[in-house]
Amino acid sequence: MADKLFVKDHDVVIPGEELAEGLDYLPAGKAFRDGDKIFASTIGLASVKGRVIKIIPLAGKYMPRRGDVVIGEVTGIGHSGWMLDVNSPYPADLNIGEASSEYIDLNKTDMTYYFDIGDYVLCEVINISEGKFIKLTAKYRPYRKLKGGNIIEVSPTKIPRIIGKAGSMIALMKDATGCEITVGQNGLVWISGQADKQAVVARVIKFIEREAHKQGLTDKVKEMLRGK
Amino acid sequence: MGGIGAPEKLIVKGKRLDGRAFDELRPIQIKAGVVKNADGSAIIVQGETKIIAAVYGPREVFPKHFQEADRAHLNCVYDMAAFSTPERARPGPSRRSVEISKVIRDALAPAVFLEKYPKTAIDVYIEVTNANAGTRVAAICAASVALADAGIEMRDLVTAVASGKADGQLLLDLFELEDNYGEADMPLAIMPQTGEITLLQMDGEVSQDEAAKLIEMSMQACQKIYELQKKALREKYLAEGAATGEASE
Repeated sequence: MADKLFVKDHDVVIPGEELAEGLDYLPAGKAFRDGDKIFASTIGLASVKGRVIKIIPLAGKYMPRRGDVVIGEVTGIGHSGWMLDVNSPYPADLNIGEASSEYIDLNKTDMTYYFDIGDYVLCEVINISEGKFIKLTAKYRPYRKLKGGNIIEVSPTKIPRIIGKAGSMIALMKDATGCEITVGQNGLVWISGQADKQAVVARVIKFIEREAHKQGLTDKVKEMLRGK
Repeated sequence: MGGIGAPEKLIVKGKRLDGRAFDELRPIQIKAGVVKNADGSAIIVQGETKIIAAVYGPREVFPKHFQEADRAHLNCVYDMAAFSTPERARPGPSRRSVEISKVIRDALAPAVFLEKYPKTAIDVYIEVTNANAGTRVAAICAASVALADAGIEMRDLVTAVASGKADGQLLLDLFELEDNYGEADMPLAIMPQTGEITLLQMDGEVSQDEAAKLIEMSMQACQKIYELQKKALREKYLAEGAATGEASE
């Protein structure tokens, strides 16, 4: 049987679009196999690496995975922990034992001393239970409460572009503006620095989000940063 | 439905009243990403029918008892704007719009990987801003583009078209007069890659042979609409220059 490939690297594909035929190719990510054909399941860019066909999504909500570093907003305080909104369809829970490396005596301390409602917390997803509850930890550095600065929201699918290869894009922005930038996998970005520089970073990040599927992004970003 | 009275003939000199051939679609335009606050959206303009679809989600289910442990709850709301018909439509859900919401949901559900989003809701809001027959099928086309635009995982898009019979002639994509004064109307939705039918309704009377011909004609037309749907989604990303990106992980 002849194996056929219907897409090239970087092609924009549509859900249900046929990507390849034959058992020699392997679907990964948002591609799926039906019989001896491989289809795309979401709108995205095709990526063909040898026999593996992958779809890099261009849109979609954040779906938590273990090990993700996320920024959550505290929405509630319970008896033994905090409820966080991590920009996903599922509730997230930060237990008191995961909040600090010190012992917290609930009889003596007010929980709001650590995190209050409305605070943003940088944390890691440690588990997603069968019932789709997200368990978070903020016990070790760099996980902490994000004090001051600004939070901006972008599409979670554009996060890899904002970070750049091995963090190159982030480094570029940090160097040019002197701002501290922390990116959550869930699409929240925290920027801290001089007010005017914060605004520059926010503008550049929004630009990257808009143009994420295009080539030559680094040069355009350099230009934007130099212009400011 | 009001408006103009019944015309004497629906077919004059081998042409339909709007000048189309029997198996010709109305001009169709689809655009993705038109509602800024939605996760995904689309507008379809099919002749004089205009529909906006907006998708929100996957997000938390409300009310909570609709939550399903192993799949997403797909919720469709079809609504006609008060000004969408010649006679003012009473705002709010009606018997008809509740039923159409239900059939649209059932037409879209087989195409969506609902099992990938357990315990969530995917809300599809469909607003008919101008109705001129074929609203449920146009709504399905727009809604499936909006779902894809929202980045929701799908097996395929869903494409739909209505066909029917007027003045004894089998016609594709009826417009209002043919719909109101014709003999039959048959909306059909398919998943174009496999040709699986996800919606088939009929109103009026046709023979078995004619029904088969209508289905055949609609299936072919769906492939044309499918191309437009794909184009609409690609255009959103290809608008300026060639879209390519070295995706970093």
